[in-house]
Amino acid sequence: MVTLNINGHDTQVDADPSTPILWALRDNLNMTGTKFGCGAALCGACTVHLNGQPTRSCVTPISAAIGQKITTIEAMESDKVGKVVQDAWVKHDVPQCGYCQSGQVMSATALLKSNKNPSDADIDSAMSGNICRCGTYQRIRAAIKDASKAIA
Amino acid sequence: MRIEWMNGVNATVPDLAVAQDISRRNFMKVSGVLGGGLVLGFFIPGANKFANAQAAKAPTIYAPNAFLRIAPDNTVTVAVNRLEFGQGVNTSLPMLIAEELDADWSQVRSELAPAADAYKDPAFGIQITGGSGSIKHSYMQYREIGARARAMLVSAAAQQWGVPSEKCKTAKGMITGPSGQKLSYGSVADAAMKLPVPEKVTLKDPKQFHIIGKPTPRLDARVKSTGKQQFGIDNHMAGMKVAVVARPTVFGAKVAKFDASKAKAIKGVIDVLEVPTDRGGSGVVVIATGYWPAKQGRDALLIEWDSSAAEKVSSDLQLVDYKELARQPGTVAKDADISKLASAPKKITADYEFPYLAHAPMEPLNCVVDLKTDGCTVWAGSQFQTIDQGAIARTAGLKPEQVTLHTMMAGGGFGRRAVPTSDYIVEAVNVAKAYMASGKSGPVKVMWSREDDIKGGYYRPAYVHRAEIGLDEKGNILAWNHTIVGQSILTGTPFESMLVKNGIDSTTIEGMGEPYRVSMKLSVHNTKQNVPVLWWRSVGSTHNAFVMETLIDEAAQVAGIDPVAYRKQLIGKDHPRHFAALDLAVEKSGYGKKALPAGHAWGVAVHESFDTVVAYVVEASVENGVPKLHRVTGGVNCNRAINPMSIEAQAQGAILMGLGMTLPGAAITLKNGVVEQQNFSDYTVARMPDMPTVEIHIVPSDDAPTGMGEPGLPPLAPAFANAIAKLTGKRLRKLPFDLANA
Repeated sequence: MVTLNINGHDTQVDADPSTPILWALRDNLNMTGTKFGCGAALCGACTVHLNGQPTRSCVTPISAAIGQKITTIEAMESDKVGKVVQDAWVKHDVPQCGYCQSGQVMSATALLKSNKNPSDADIDSAMSGNICRCGTYQRIRAAIKDASKAIA
Repeated sequence: MRIEWMNGVNATVPDLAVAQDISRRNFMKVSGVLGGGLVLGFFIPGANKFANAQAAKAPTIYAPNAFLRIAPDNTVTVAVNRLEFGQGVNTSLPMLIAEELDADWSQVRSELAPAADAYKDPAFGIQITGGSGSIKHSYMQYREIGARARAMLVSAAAQQWGVPSEKCKTAKGMITGPSGQKLSYGSVADAAMKLPVPEKVTLKDPKQFHIIGKPTPRLDARVKSTGKQQFGIDNHMAGMKVAVVARPTVFGAKVAKFDASKAKAIKGVIDVLEVPTDRGGSGVVVIATGYWPAKQGRDALLIEWDSSAAEKVSSDLQLVDYKELARQPGTVAKDADISKLASAPKKITADYEFPYLAHAPMEPLNCVVDLKTDGCTVWAGSQFQTIDQGAIARTAGLKPEQVTLHTMMAGGGFGRRAVPTSDYIVEAVNVAKAYMASGKSGPVKVMWSREDDIKGGYYRPAYVHRAEIGLDEKGNILAWNHTIVGQSILTGTPFESMLVKNGIDSTTIEGMGEPYRVSMKLSVHNTKQNVPVLWWRSVGSTHNAFVMETLIDEAAQVAGIDPVAYRKQLIGKDHPRHFAALDLAVEKSGYGKKALPAGHAWGVAVHESFDTVVAYVVEASVENGVPKLHRVTGGVNCNRAINPMSIEAQAQGAILMGLGMTLPGAAITLKNGVVEQQNFSDYTVARMPDMPTVEIHIVPSDDAPTGMGEPGLPPLAPAFANAIAKLTGKRLRKLPFDLANA
């Protein structure tokens, strides 16, 4: 049994300590907002925040998160910046299939928390680890810029 | 995918005689456009919850037909007869119903329909999402459903008031009577349900449209931005186990022997079993309490494979063979007089190479199967419900009516979820069978890793083209000899008899020649290789548009004529939609007028696929020796625009996927039968910094709408290549682009 702090709550997880955070969330806790895309930190679909830093949960074992703060997409509606980002996503009609968007929102929120006014190059750099096969990148860029204005 | 032969065939129109034999209480009133009149569908036990709701006569749910429920709170839920996997049908199809129903759009919801006869594509005759046909084929169907439901609601209200229906008006989910009395749709839904379905309804004059044609945000934008959308992979049910399959490393190989002792020692692993896999092969499934222990278990398996009977393809040797074949005449697909070729004063000779491509949708394939002795329930993001339902029944040894197939929201697909062999679904049923045979029961979710997906086959085939074009001194095309080499997608599938003609797969050649008035002799070598192949967003046009549009551009260069003007000379006047799309893209881009930055150049291409014409004018440069796409201006001709916001999104997405084909590393290759790529580290897909600025313009039209899921893809790569040719003088004839070796 491992105790994890997830979205502000200490939560017991009955899983081997080597289990990636992603699978503890999805299979043990039925928190399916965080998505599985590649299992190798290559696509960003599984992005969560670990102590505020965007982290690929598919390659980060729960043993590395003990005593740390895990934040997932499920907490973003009650997060000041996360909510602004989600509202911008809806306004710009960003999602298509939507599967990668949890990870995109998590990466964008982390970006805006560390940089309230990102340039195009900042956005490229912060978001290039998040793959979208549907091609929503242009709307993501516009939504991030819009959200940036809203939190300024 | 394009399935031309089905268009208009109505192969499996619901059988009225059969339907009428079924007792009245099991009827669903299903309105549709099949045969031009009223069509009744019939209740399939357990097959869909709309039907179940009706059969149970739930008093609060109004189900005038299989497509619509109106709740007392006035919420309108529309059943979508397609898979939603990004293309926006779960917004655009409800828009059609809501328009004619006069619903309040803010009260409209949508739901994906399960496998059932009522949800078959009116043109294809099977339940399918493909051929960019959802809007094209259901435009009238969904409008008529909305109009019929509206008429029934009005009749119910009119009867309650004792006034003629003609004196009532509707707007935003409310009925207004002649003296100003009002009733909501929800309040008369029960009464309306008991009324007969009107055979004839009058549809709106398009001038009255206030939902159709209006840029409309997706109904699922919020749930997909908050992590709340449930996809197939998110299925979680009591007692469900997760399975991961070790598949053969060479397609069709079998397990010789395996040692499961280490796998079984992993906490959470429940069972390790041998199972049949696709193409007559076999594999080993690890069933566990979750994905992680299942995957750990699979990694711990020791398997010896027998691949002695399997052909072991190597891409480098295949390319040599294909190039040799391309120099020999194949089976003639289009004949023409090419006698002027030999003596033509000017010539273009070109060899093109295209690799295998994986679809790599972001949601890895998965399928939940709950198998019982007398029935099977399956949850999958299926693009092909009718075919998959049949395959499930055959595999499980059940009748189709004993199979319930729930359509799950899917995280992309691009063709991979419409498989004539139902490969991943059949495999999942085989896993459930093995699980049951081992004495256990309950739902099993088979999950694919990304490596499984990249290595798992069903690729866009590899192709080689060879073109010899003879031109006169002025650059007019005199004769064109063209050969295509590559695997058939449809040979060996149930579609073969209808879509493979004279030994030529129609998907190999679609998009060749048209709309240019050229004397082209086209021949094909459809090869047989031990690699599973499949349609990939825009199918044959993924390669044929590239070849056509770069060669026409090259011919324009030989002629010394502007490539837009050259195209317009060569496109027949019977293709006004091509002119409209091209003119719009040219005008909006500033092509030929606007000065570009130093080192940038224009590129142009236009292509029709699935009855939609898309033209792109692009702006590109070369950065550090690598082609870079900066801007795309699109002219889109898909006739009447249903949801312009969605059309723009589909074009943006198709552009990104078309661009993805050009990027270094966008290729699947094999060595001795083993796929060499495994994940996004070695199979390139486009990322944020690759995305150009896209501006989409829609040609205004009142004609019946055509689809947008695929047609935005084909012209992108050739327009990009044409810009690079202008900058460097080098014609890129190989995908992905390799400028250094061009």
